[in-house]
Amino acid sequence: MTLPTLLEQTVAFLVPYEFSPTVLLVCAAAALLYQRGWSRAGGGIGQAVMFWIGLVGMYVVLQTQFDYYGQHSFFMHRLQHLVLHHVAPFLIAVSAPAAILGAGLPEPIHRYVVAPLRRNWLLRRLYAAIQEPLVAGAIFVGLIYFWLIPSVHFYAMLNVPLYNTMNWGMAIDGLLFWWMIFNLRAPGASDMRHYGYRLLVLFLVMFPQIALGAYIALSDHDLFGIYAACGRILPITPLTDQAIGGLLTWVPAAMMSVVGGLVLVHRWNRRSRHVQKPVSPHPWLCEVRSCRDPNI
Amino acid sequence: MSRSKHLILWLLPLFLLGCSGEASNQWHGHNITGVMPDLEFELTDHTGQPVTAEDYRGKVTMMFFGYTSCQHVCPVALSKLAAATRKLGDQADKVEILFVAVDPKRDKKVLDDYVTEFTPDLVGLTGTQKQLKAVAKRYRVAFSYEEPREDGFYIVNHSGAVFVFGPQGKVRLLIDEQSRTANITEDLRRLIEQSSG
Repeated sequence: MTLPTLLEQTVAFLVPYEFSPTVLLVCAAAALLYQRGWSRAGGGIGQAVMFWIGLVGMYVVLQTQFDYYGQHSFFMHRLQHLVLHHVAPFLIAVSAPAAILGAGLPEPIHRYVVAPLRRNWLLRRLYAAIQEPLVAGAIFVGLIYFWLIPSVHFYAMLNVPLYNTMNWGMAIDGLLFWWMIFNLRAPGASDMRHYGYRLLVLFLVMFPQIALGAYIALSDHDLFGIYAACGRILPITPLTDQAIGGLLTWVPAAMMSVVGGLVLVHRWNRRSRHVQKPVSPHPWLCEVRSCRDPNI
Repeated sequence: MSRSKHLILWLLPLFLLGCSGEASNQWHGHNITGVMPDLEFELTDHTGQPVTAEDYRGKVTMMFFGYTSCQHVCPVALSKLAAATRKLGDQADKVEILFVAVDPKRDKKVLDDYVTEFTPDLVGLTGTQKQLKAVAKRYRVAFSYEEPREDGFYIVNHSGAVFVFGPQGKVRLLIDEQSRTANITEDLRRLIEQSSG
């Protein structure tokens, strides 16, 4: 393959299949905020790399030809959701970007938009309710199941607004869930208790995903007729397509819980050591410092 | 209180789905009324005339994507649609079958002969790649060309669904490959009755 054709194909791949100004705007705004915050407040390189891979990953699966493949192959659709719901939000949340994004926010927007929203009683209650670990875990698994009900999946693949709702829902829920796993700090509650609680939720969400993935992967008939109806574009049989899609729902999705668990255990350990060491005659000083450390 | 509210919020979509499920049970095909956009396209018919969806208003239309060199799926599907239409008797002229041929390189020359083999109600449509891709994208279907064999023959992957539109061009039903001819006829008859009533 010559260089010009390679370039041409890359450009063709990068053109959105269905252009969404909203996705472009949200991703560009996040990128801009992060870049601005980074140049003002700084941060770890590893942290930034994870954030950028996560953000670019979300954009690529939604706004390139990847989406075309996602609409016409079950396993590409599962891969798209694996990125949207598991991998990309995991990377973004684990990079703890709140401080950097906050530093990038222009002062008037912070004062007149973000701060009032954060003070809003209703929003706070709603946020606290859906970020309760067991509730967040139930929503996380519930959404995967809901969109894979064959009749729901059928309409989601045919109707553009429903399709967009599905993808936005996956991305937003992915961010909320992994945010809860890595960044949850309920006011007044002990973090220590939460580490165990969050580990438990990570453990619990694995099994329904394994069960669903295995059911799809091992099914001996085509569960999602919509792909045959709308045309498959990859030269594989419907059952192979379905089996790979099922495996993607089963193995890597559940593996993300294991990876997340390892990160939590590591942070928990570090935190325990930190707390046990009497480094200051005033214990609250230690508390303040650890709260500022984005990696804890 | 907030717990029960949550429950209601979660159950609402399921309830709505249940309702739409009941409504669609009257049809043999999938009821997709309002789910997809109205019939719209700019293509060339088998006689070489440029046509748009407007030209077929007033008739129930069934749109199927395929290609003339297709050896199994397309002839079977088109025969089924033609048979289902013939069974309507004197109402057969209220139905038009639109066969969108997505392989213009081979289809253009033979489309005229191809469609007359089936039924007078069949309209063959083709166009430029750009026009065909626009129609395919509008109905969220895909087509792609496989690598040519040694003798130059190549397979075209295409959708298996038939999209059915009412006389005003409103999308109504999706019929899949496994549908029985008698059931298609029944659905068509109901659509014609609804639009005349």
